[in-house]
Amino acid sequence: MEKYDIVVIGGGPAGLAAAISAKRSGIDSVLILERDRELGGILNQCIHNGFGLHTFQEELTGPEYAHRFIRQVMELGIEYRLDTMVMDISREKLVMAMNRKDGLFDIQAKAVILAMGCRERARGALNIPGFRPAGIYSAGTAQKLVNVEGCMPGREVVILGSGDIGLIMARRMTLEGARVQAVAELMPYSGGLKRNIVQCLEDYGIPLKLSHTVIDIRGRERLEGVTLAEVDGRGRPVPGTEEFYSCDTLLLSVGLIPENELSGKMGVEMNPVTSGPRVNESLETNIGGVFACGNVLHVHDLVDFVSEEAGAAGRNAAAYVKEYAENSVTGSAKDSVKDGTKASTRDNWKDGTKAGTRDNWKDSVAGSAEDSVTGSVEDSVGDSTKDNRRDGTKAGTSENATGRADHQRGREIRLQPAEGVRYTVPERINVSRMDEKLSVRFRVGNVYKNCYVSTYFDRERVSRRKRQVVAPGEMEEVILTREQLLQYPDLETISIKVEA
Amino acid sequence: MNTKNLTCINCPMGCSLTVEMEGDQVIRVSGNTCKRGEIYARKEVTDPTRIVTSTVKVLHGNAAVIPVKTKEDIPKGKIFDCVKALKKIQVEAPVHIGDVIAADIAGTGVDVIATKNVEQGADI
Ligand SMILES: Cc1cc2nc3c(=O)[nH]c(=O)nc-3n(C[C@H](O)[C@H](O)[C@H](O)COP(=O)(O)OP(=O)(O)OC[C@H]3O[C@@H](n4cnc5c(N)ncnc54)[C@H](O)[C@@H]3O)c2cc1C
Ligand code: SF4
Repeated sequence: MEKYDIVVIGGGPAGLAAAISAKRSGIDSVLILERDRELGGILNQCIHNGFGLHTFQEELTGPEYAHRFIRQVMELGIEYRLDTMVMDISREKLVMAMNRKDGLFDIQAKAVILAMGCRERARGALNIPGFRPAGIYSAGTAQKLVNVEGCMPGREVVILGSGDIGLIMARRMTLEGARVQAVAELMPYSGGLKRNIVQCLEDYGIPLKLSHTVIDIRGRERLEGVTLAEVDGRGRPVPGTEEFYSCDTLLLSVGLIPENELSGKMGVEMNPVTSGPRVNESLETNIGGVFACGNVLHVHDLVDFVSEEAGAAGRNAAAYVKEYAENSVTGSAKDSVKDGTKASTRDNWKDGTKAGTRDNWKDSVAGSAEDSVTGSVEDSVGDSTKDNRRDGTKAGTSENATGRADHQRGREIRLQPAEGVRYTVPERINVSRMDEKLSVRFRVGNVYKNCYVSTYFDRERVSRRKRQVVAPGEMEEVILTREQLLQYPDLETISIKVEA
Repeated sequence: MNTKNLTCINCPMGCSLTVEMEGDQVIRVSGNTCKRGEIYARKEVTDPTRIVTSTVKVLHGNAAVIPVKTKEDIPKGKIFDCVKALKKIQVEAPVHIGDVIAADIAGTGVDVIATKNVEQGADI
């Protein structure tokens, strides 16, 4: 079987940056697996400009931004395989993938970096019973058709949802000669960037109809038109506000959701708010040696932050692999390294906890990796069951079993989203493992003007930053330093709040 | 005197700006919270410009089209002329990032350049 120190799942901006930083941190055996026919991820279809302002101080288009990273991957000689779909990852980091040349194959990794990005939400977007005629696309699919395949899905367009991709596509299709008649948004405000509302809609006189939705679709084989209506405060259509739009194309742009089928199946714990894995300061999931970054972790609006976050994941994965190697020298049974047993001793060794349950479940797997994992199942039943149901498998199946001791990594500080804050990434901090500085990223749940973003160490407020405005559409950040945390040896919970 | 209403795009505040004009002259900008809003408003009413991005057909490449952009901003009023001119263009692979696809597009004095590499391949 093939072996690599680090296997990166996904070759988008997150996967590229993670692989580059792992390699730069001294790990030579790195492999990127990408299901598409080229590296770069979703950026290949985002041909508009506005990427990389933070990183490069210039406004690049998506493909240009991706190219800067692809070039480094080439220069560093990092291995990658295209047209290769990862089908399954086991808790022991056995990666099962498939491509046309090699068929189905296994790769044993010491560390895995999850960088699968996100996909578009589709379900729930069109809350209308009945069948769907041709001509209804997600905005991202239309973006790929126009910008990569070079074909136009239609000429008369209505867009439902005012997310950024929908706005960008309104302009793009207008420039390609289509008539975009309206963008309807269910909410009373748009989730898209102001800049996109001005430069993609207002520049071309495309009306943005807030508090509106599609209530009827006409057409059997091919879409003939849609009816829009205003909605009241509860999202119900207001009678008498119906308006018919004749169109051959309806684009849906209703948000993104992390692509976590693989993570859920392998037993990675999920945060229901982000739909991404729960991670610690090292961006490591509840499974030691499995890291996550980019849109698979939480949806980002700026690719610059994706690259930065992925760089950290790559460094941490490299550190994990090095510790793993150190351990295998001092460890007793050298052979067990292959089965991933050493991964567990690392935690024990570092944190001084006993090789309790964790080794037990690892041992039970050592025999045959394919066999079901026994151990305490309770941990996994919570959030991951949802994903399992979607896949049609039962909750609490063996694949899903979680070794309890994964969490026993020594003392950890909990990060807690409080008033106005929906989530934080990471959710746990082990001070002995953190870098000098740690970015805690989060989103707020509403638009707040003239407010403060405050950080509390248990009950004590340690910082307060005045903000003119914070909004759900823009990711926020608080920086914590190690020095600061070392001064609070008994700290249990850090909370971040929006205060008036 | 006439007034124009704009939305500042420089930060999520999205201030509603009012520009008072006398002919081509800006008399006063109001509604902005910071200086950037005023600079934006003055530029937007006197000389609005945009970067234009689009795609151009590729022959004998490993992709059907190649993404392109204007190397610099062009006047807003020239956007459609620019896109129309690009429709008539086909390029032969290989094409590389930064290659000039069309010089002086629509008489703006600005070149259109490739933003991706497309190598030779079976026509798609
Ligand atoms: C349709 C769409 C349009 C977007 N448009 C914009 C935009 O205009 N502006 C903007 O700032 N941001 C945009 N975004 C957000 C953008 O995706 C992120 O900024 C950034 O690309 C995230 O990087 P990533 O590497 O995490 O994810 P991605 O770029 O999505 O890369 C993930 C990669 O993983 C691969 N992958 C997934 N599963 C597997 C598997 N099982 N096996 C192998 N490979 C796999 C995918 O093929 C993909 O290449 C868009 C997102 C989407 C979905
Ligand atoms: S005027 Fe200043 S504060 Fe207001 S939107 Fe523009 S940049 Fe932001």
